[in-house]
Formats: sequence, structure tokens, C-alpha cells
Amino acid sequence: MPDGAAPILDVNNLKTIFRTRDGEVHAVNSVSFDVGPGELLGVVGESGSGKSVTMMSLMGLLPSPPAEIVSGEILYQGSDVRKMSEAQLRDLRGGDVGFVFQDPMTSLNPVFTVGYQLVEPLQIHMGLSKKAARARAAELLDLVGIPDARKRLSDYPHQFSGGMRQRVMIAIALACDPKLLIADEPTTALDVTIQAQIIELVRDLRQQLGMAIVWITHDLGVVAGIADRVMVMYGGQIVEHAPVGELFANPQHPYTRALLETVPRVDGTRDARLRSIQGQPPSLAAHPASCPFAARCGHVFDRCLVENPERRDVGARHDVACFWDARTREPYNG
Amino acid sequence: MFTYTLRRLAFAVPTLLIISFIIFVILDMAPNDPTASLPLTIPPEVRQQIRDALGLDQPMPIRYFKWCVQFFWNEPVNLIEQWTGWTIGDSESRLRVISWQTRSPVVDLIAERMPQTLWVVGMSYVVGILIAIPIGVISAYKQYSWFDQFGTLFSMAGFSVPTFFTGLLFIVIFSVNLQWFPSVYDTTHRVTDWDSFWFQVRQMIMPVMVLALFNASQISRFMRASMLDNLQQDYVRTARAKGLRERAVLLIHVLRNSMIPVVTVIALGVPQIFGGAIITEQIFRVNGLGQLLIVGIQSADIPLVQTLTFIFAVLIVLFNLVADVLYGILDPRIRYD
Ligand SMILES: Nc1ncnc2c1ncn2[C@@H]1O[C@H](COP(=O)(O)OP(=O)(O)OP(=O)(O)O)[C@@H](O)[C@H]1O
Ligand SMILES: [Mg+2]
Repeated sequence: MPDGAAPILDVNNLKTIFRTRDGEVHAVNSVSFDVGPGELLGVVGESGSGKSVTMMSLMGLLPSPPAEIVSGEILYQGSDVRKMSEAQLRDLRGGDVGFVFQDPMTSLNPVFTVGYQLVEPLQIHMGLSKKAARARAAELLDLVGIPDARKRLSDYPHQFSGGMRQRVMIAIALACDPKLLIADEPTTALDVTIQAQIIELVRDLRQQLGMAIVWITHDLGVVAGIADRVMVMYGGQIVEHAPVGELFANPQHPYTRALLETVPRVDGTRDARLRSIQGQPPSLAAHPASCPFAARCGHVFDRCLVENPERRDVGARHDVACFWDARTREPYNG
Repeated sequence: MFTYTLRRLAFAVPTLLIISFIIFVILDMAPNDPTASLPLTIPPEVRQQIRDALGLDQPMPIRYFKWCVQFFWNEPVNLIEQWTGWTIGDSESRLRVISWQTRSPVVDLIAERMPQTLWVVGMSYVVGILIAIPIGVISAYKQYSWFDQFGTLFSMAGFSVPTFFTGLLFIVIFSVNLQWFPSVYDTTHRVTDWDSFWFQVRQMIMPVMVLALFNASQISRFMRASMLDNLQQDYVRTARAKGLRERAVLLIHVLRNSMIPVVTVIALGVPQIFGGAIITEQIFRVNGLGQLLIVGIQSADIPLVQTLTFIFAVLIVLFNLVADVLYGILDPRIRYD
């Protein structure tokens, strides 16, 4: 991304909570980030860290109740999504902003043909006639590498394999030339070779079409291969954010460092075994007045337990939310 | 799908034969005497002669066989003759299933009563479905809203209060007190102009509504549960993420999926409706099939009861098949072949 270009998406202090019978769940807590045009932002974090909820919040895709966005600003090309009317929001969804979800087995409607499901957004957003929309739908299936595209339009989702269905989902997301594609763990449900194919496909498509991408994943290895920038989420917060090279070369947050140690390395020596992170993910029930990672952190000290660290800059476009200084290996004073 | 349907139809034949035999045996074991309602002055020898004349002196298997021949062969041939005007063989001596009580062919009696039942019962089913589906959809979409709470109450009441009670309640309120609708259904009424049409509508409203409310309370619960199931599904989120209007998400994507189990429940419920109608027909004096059956049972009119019960059995088997076929048509994932 050319530095300084106006971001296509700019999120400030987003807070999303779920009001459940057992109390409020603070799933997304003061999250701020931006995505530049054509940029690929990787989002990593373990299960339950709030990655999906953050992205669903952006386009109002969370069921409400129980979900509620309590504060924050979501600027899409400068205008606040939260102040938009339902109709304006619908224009964004599937038009300017495409979504790909985690599970291709359940994300497509089983009783409609793939063609019908592809034609729908084309008719809504681009006002195409039925015939033109079908022609474009066949083009799209072709684009995502589904052989015999025209014929397969009249097939139902269950007639496709998992990987092929995810390609169909990608085709739907790309149908109306989105400027931003949000891919929520698009490869998690697929086996490894298919994963690699999908990643390759997205990389190609990005080069051809030039949209910005937010790519959510559990897998730092995937991020290393495709992302420009990475943000690491933990307990509903962004704990570290940096360009991809910088993050791998110079991880600051103890959680990021722990995550990196869990990535199996091809060139790793024998004793560098895959390690899982000790301890339980945090409960999101209460608004934390301490660092959410404190209970699992190897460098925890008294301040971590009484104060929630703010993000501080540690380099060019690199920030971390931690009181511990990875460089000096001491508590940070500032 | 087509071969599947044919295969199922072929299986239905032995099933129905066995059912007809079981019905025959059970009716034969019942302590019935077709002469019981005749005047007491008739001497026992004459009574015995009457019974012999009805064929009751023959052994049960012979009587069953005769009924089979009459019902499965003679009656269809007769129907074909009536429709086409042809003469097939010796139509004069062909024996039909004859009602002991009225001495007229059972099939003619049924054909005469069928329209009343179809109008009242069929209409009530259609009205019930038309009430149930929107209630189910809205209740699920606005789960726990006051509308949903009210719908739950309504269906619990409709489901747990028997139709003979609601029927009487309706008569007391709308016929006796308000005098809006007649309490007795006049089957001889013919629709010739607007006034007589209006009268027909008025006399149908109460029996139709009593049955419709009962049906609606059941179907709306199925509809609601099915919608709730589907609203949780991932494809709903995908539909929203495509920028569809909420109405399209609900009425195209979710409804289409939710209808699959509901349609089968509706198809399976059709024969039950005839059963439920027996009581309602009795209360409102609609002389349809239900009433015919009651009268037949009361007068020990075995051929009539046998034939009607068997027709209900045919309906059950048939609509089971209809439900399966509809399921296969509505859900592309189902492949029967
Ligand atoms: N409908 C809901 N009601 C209550 N809490 C919810 C709901 N949906 C999500 N949450 C909570 O929000 C938190 C964040 O969930 P989210 O789905 O964003 O995690 P994630 O990072 O996407 O995890 P994964 O990698 O497993 O997809 C979780 O702790 C979860 O319990
Ligand atoms: Mg998720």
C-alpha cells in the first residue's frame, strides 16, 4: 500500500458486546485499525479472541439482540457505517464489501442452485438482467477456477466439494467488484492441499482485481505468506500490530512471541517443537481493568494486574499493548 | 424420482390388502347385529333369514373375498362405465358393495357425501395453513415478542381444547347469542345467486373456522420451530452479507428451507383431517363422510363401515407417499433413486 493514501476502512475504538442471560460479554474491546486500498491485512488470534465479531460488526452482520455495538466509529471511505441507513448498508454489503465465511459446507443455501445464489447480488447491486447476470456468474465461476462453469451454474451446493464450495463463496463475494474483501478463516475448514490452493487463488485474484483484503486466520504461517500487515488479537483487543516482516523479525508482545513459537518451522532444529500456549483464554464477561493476557503471561508484574495497557508505538507502523519491553526485557517506563 | 414413486405405489398394494383384511376381521369380531335396530315384533327366524340374505351365514374368508371382488373389481369397472358410457360385460348382474341399512351402493353414498366433506374439511385445512404460516414466520422472526407470546398461547389453546368444545362454544356465542351464523349446516342448499352464495359462506364459516383453528395451532408450531432452526444457519448470514433485503432473506432463503419439513407435515396431516372432521361434522350437522361413518357404525352397517375405513386407510398410505415425494422435490439433497 502506498503510505499516506486514505484508508478504505478506518475503525476507531470499536466496542461490541453481547447481552446474554449470564451478563455482558465484551467480545470486542476498543479495537482500532485501518486498511489501505489494495492492502492485505492479516488478523490472527486464537479461538474466541473476537476476530469474527469484529468483522461482522463492521457491516452490521451480527444478530441484534444479543449483539450491540456500544461505541466506536467505522469509516468506510470516510463515511461512518454506523450512521448509515439500512439501505446504504445493504449497498455496501455484497457490493463494495464482499464476505467469505469459515465453513463452506454450511454457508451456501442448500436448496438454491449455485447459479441462483451468484446471480442474486449481481441483480441487486449491478442491476443486471437475468441473462446478463447468468453470463457474468459463469465468468465468475471461471475466474475462481471452477471447470465447466456454465454448466455448473445449475448445480446445487451439495454437488460441489468443500474446496469448490469455498471457491463459489469467493465468487459470490467478488461478484460486484468489491473494494474490500473480508475473509473470515476461509481455509480453516479445508484440508491442507485445498487450503494452499485457495490461498493461491486469493493471491492471484488480488493481483488481478486489486481489492483490499482482511484475512482472518488462526495460522501465522498463512499470514506470513500473503499479508502486508498483521494485527494480533487477544481477548477482544488488538495486542500487537505491525508490517508482516517486522512482526516475524521483531515480535514484541509475549502473546505474539508465544504464537510464533507454536508455528512449526521447516528449517527448525529438532528441539524447536510445536508448543501450545499455556493456560485458558480469558473470560470476556467483565470489562477488563487488567491486561487480558496477564494470567498466561510469563513476564507478568504488578502493573499488568491493575491496568489494561494501551497500544504504544515501538517502530514504524508497529505498536504493541504491553507494559513489558521486549527489547530491554524489563518493564516499560512511559 | 419417478421410478421411486412407482416402486412405492407397487409396495402400497400389498400393504393396503393386508389393511383391508385386518379391518374386515376386526369388524367381524365386533358384536354387531344388523337386525338389532329392527322392530322387536319381528320373530327370530325372520331375523335369521334377513341375516342369511345379507350373506352373514357364509364363513368370514368367503365374505372377505366377496367384498374384495366387489370393491376392487366391480366398483372400478362400474365407475369406468359411468364416466365413459361404455358397457363392460354384464353390468346388470355385477354385484356392488351394498349398504345394509340404506340398500344403496356404498360408493354412491360416499360420492354423494364427498363434496360436503371436501368443502368444509378441505377449506378448513387451506384456511388453517394460510393462518399458520404467517404466524409461524413472524413468531420465529420476532422470537419472544408479544406477538410470539400471543401465538404460543393461541396454539396451545387451539391444540389442547378439543374441536367438539370449540364447536359448541362457537355455536353458543355466534349462533345462539349473536345470531350471526346458522348452527346447522344445510346440505341441500344450492348456490344460485349472490344471496344464496352469501348464505353458503355464512353456514360454512363456523365449521371451517373450528377445524381451521385446530389445524393452524398445530402447523404454526411446526412452522415456527422450523424457521427458528433455519434462522440460525450460516447461509442466512451469507444472504445478508450479499446485501439482500431482510424481507428477501426471510421469505426467500429461510422460508424456502423451513417449508421442507412443514410441507411434509401438512401432507401427512391430510388424512387425519378427515378423522378430526367426524366430530365437527356431527356437531354442525354437516352430512359429510364423517357423519356417514358414525351412522354406519351405529346401525352396524358393516359394508359401509368397512369401505369407509378402508378409504381412510388408502388416504393415509397415499399421503405418506405424497409427503415423501414432496420432500424429494423440495430438497435437492434428497435422491431416492
Ligand atoms: N451470539 C453470541 N452470544 C454471546 N457471545 C458470543 C456470541 N458470538 C460470539 N460470542 C463471544 O464473542 C467472543 C468472540 O468470538 P469470535 O467468534 O469473534 O471469536 P473468533 O476470534 O472469531 O474465534 P474463532 O477463531 O473460533 O472463529 C467469544 O468469546 C464468544 O463467546
Ligand atoms: Mg471466527
